Amino acid sequence: MTDGIYLDNNATTMVAPEVVAEMLPFFSEQFGNPSSLHQFGDKVGRAVKRARRQVQSLLGAEHDSEIIFTSCGTESDSTAILSALRAQPDRKEIITTLVEHPAVLTLCEQLEKEGYTVHYLEVDKKGRLDIPAYYKLLSDNVAIVSVMWANNESGTLFPVEEMAEMARSAGVMFHTDAVQAVGKLPIDLKSTAIDMLSLSGHKLHAPKGIGVLYLRRGVRFRPLLRGGHQERGRRAGTENAASIVALGKACEMAREAMDYEKTFVKAMRDRLEQGILAQVGHCFVTGDANNRLPNTCNIAFEYIEGEAILLLLNKMGIAASSGSACTSGSLEPSHVMRAMDIPFTAAHGSVRFSLSRYNTMEEVERVIEAVPPIVEQLRKLSPYWSGDGPVEEPEKAFAPSYA
Amino acid sequence: MWDYSEKVQEHFFNPRNAGAVDKANAVGDVGSLSCGDALRLTLKVDPDSEVILDAGFQTFGCGSAIASSSALTEIIKGMKIDDALGVSNQDIADFLDGLPPEKMHCSVMGREALQAAVANYRGEEWKDDHEEGALVCKCFAIDEVMIEDTVRANGLRTVEEVTNYTKAGGGCSACHEGIEEILTRVLAESGERFDPNAVAGEIKKPKSGLTNLQRMKRIEELLEEIRPNLQRDHGDVELVEVDGKYIYVKMIGACAGCQMAATTLGGIQQHLAEGLGEFIQVLPAEELARRAAMGG
Ligand SMILES: Cc1ncc(COP(=O)(O)O)c(C=O)c1O
Ligand code: FES
Repeated sequence: MTDGIYLDNNATTMVAPEVVAEMLPFFSEQFGNPSSLHQFGDKVGRAVKRARRQVQSLLGAEHDSEIIFTSCGTESDSTAILSALRAQPDRKEIITTLVEHPAVLTLCEQLEKEGYTVHYLEVDKKGRLDIPAYYKLLSDNVAIVSVMWANNESGTLFPVEEMAEMARSAGVMFHTDAVQAVGKLPIDLKSTAIDMLSLSGHKLHAPKGIGVLYLRRGVRFRPLLRGGHQERGRRAGTENAASIVALGKACEMAREAMDYEKTFVKAMRDRLEQGILAQVGHCFVTGDANNRLPNTCNIAFEYIEGEAILLLLNKMGIAASSGSACTSGSLEPSHVMRAMDIPFTAAHGSVRFSLSRYNTMEEVERVIEAVPPIVEQLRKLSPYWSGDGPVEEPEKAFAPSYA
Repeated sequence: MWDYSEKVQEHFFNPRNAGAVDKANAVGDVGSLSCGDALRLTLKVDPDSEVILDAGFQTFGCGSAIASSSALTEIIKGMKIDDALGVSNQDIADFLDGLPPEKMHCSVMGREALQAAVANYRGEEWKDDHEEGALVCKCFAIDEVMIEDTVRANGLRTVEEVTNYTKAGGGCSACHEGIEEILTRVLAESGERFDPNAVAGEIKKPKSGLTNLQRMKRIEELLEEIRPNLQRDHGDVELVEVDGKYIYVKMIGACAGCQMAATTLGGIQQHLAEGLGEFIQVLPAEELARRAAMGG
């Protein structure tokens, strides 16, 4: 494998070697079009069918026809939301949250410009939703609720099963962006009221460019892409057979590794977190520490800036990511940190470490050693820091002529 | 991650002059926690010669903010403060072999810290006149505030005009949707609607009654108005000849060889046409020579 220590698995994951092996023949001898009648197509068609079952099994879906292959998580999100609006033209409202991935938020902003009303549920300082407030918003005007299962930045879990029940009782469609949850948490869709769910292959050791929209049987649907009869006419375009086969294999492996995720991956994450917190002052865990993905840990380091931390980590071969404004090229720190009301002194210095089953405890120990000197080095440069602690009343001590 | 030059990386990993200068007699604070960038520049200036003897920085910010601070202190050490004030943000970026467009604001912060420190040394008050918005055009590092201000000041109505005045949108064109949104918003302030089919720069009827001399002066004034835009990019323009509706100019500095020279000329033409209220054509000085040679 690679030399570096990869702790950015919420951004994307390594394709599992077994997955690569499984997909390779579909670039060479197995090149047929799965829709073709002849033997070339037929074999590929069977492989796609098998992959659909593997995905179905990981999601606990009742029917394999509820699995629609798409090109990515973003496409699944767009398909779900736009379908609900087109299928119910009289319903002009959407309920979502302030902390969704841009795949949902940017689309919602555009829909607002087109005249739809979007309700953005707020979160508290730990990133938790106000469920009674959500319940009050459900009405006949709402076309769809779209709430993520797990947050990509903090790992915080939302009670989507409960929220889906509420939506169903109010007669409202419910979609969840489960891109970060699938493969990390046990999911059994047939026992929930979730109508639609998005997942993305590259977050669970399958390649980039393959996703799934789960669509419960009977839920009214309008395709995003119309054309051929692929995916039963619900997503036209010749199937990305190699990636579909790969995703199937990855789902099978994720199902087998589910226990490992809950125990070993979680243990590595906890060790990493405690190791850093024990040595570095003025930092804290963001999100709901008691209710989050087993692989994610987001630590806000006060008075220093995230990108600078990442660059220094990178120099030591450690890969993580940050919610700082600078890493995204915008002026504001991450919308997730802002929504949780994390102070600016810390939001810019938030760093996300996201693990996978391919990490080791030895790597974790190396990161625990690397972080404190990096933080110290940057704090030495910071005008908000002096000696062993922040300057008194940092906002006042450093008060530029404009802000 | 970012496409940082070797030099940027080098100054980030091994920053020069980090920390506050001992016995400093000039301090410049700029930036803020909220925007994720803050810089305190401390200088020790020799009161007799006004030479900067020592410079130090403390920076809260990303890789390029730290590298820009380091570069700034290296550039200005040993300079007289008057000369140091001539250091532009582009100089800082050039010193670092360039910065990504999203990061140019880091070099601006460096220049501002310097101005603030000099003002502090001279016992003056320093006011920041620079507001920053979200980056709209990545090709030319143009932000929202800059586009909005230019649209308002010049009554622009089309994406093409915005490109002529600010360069935004003149490259890959991926930002045209964003520019249209700004136009829609700004035009709405005066109750107007953005019309995607509007033709750039409608020329108003000629204003009668300008003498030749008045007209010449007016042309000079109008050029003066856009000069800061060009200078910001290290360029300039010089009036060479006015021959009826033909106005010949010479592009100087960065503008001369710039691949955007034609667009820039277009922008100048538009500005002059609107300001004079008549149809004119702005041509490069070389054209004058060519026409003369052809005897025409
Ligand atoms: C929560 C969430 N939703 C959607 C996406 C987008 O997925 P994709 O990159 O497959 O379009 C991501 C990945 O970045 C994500 O984390
Ligand atoms: S981003 Fe504006 S032209 Fe390329």
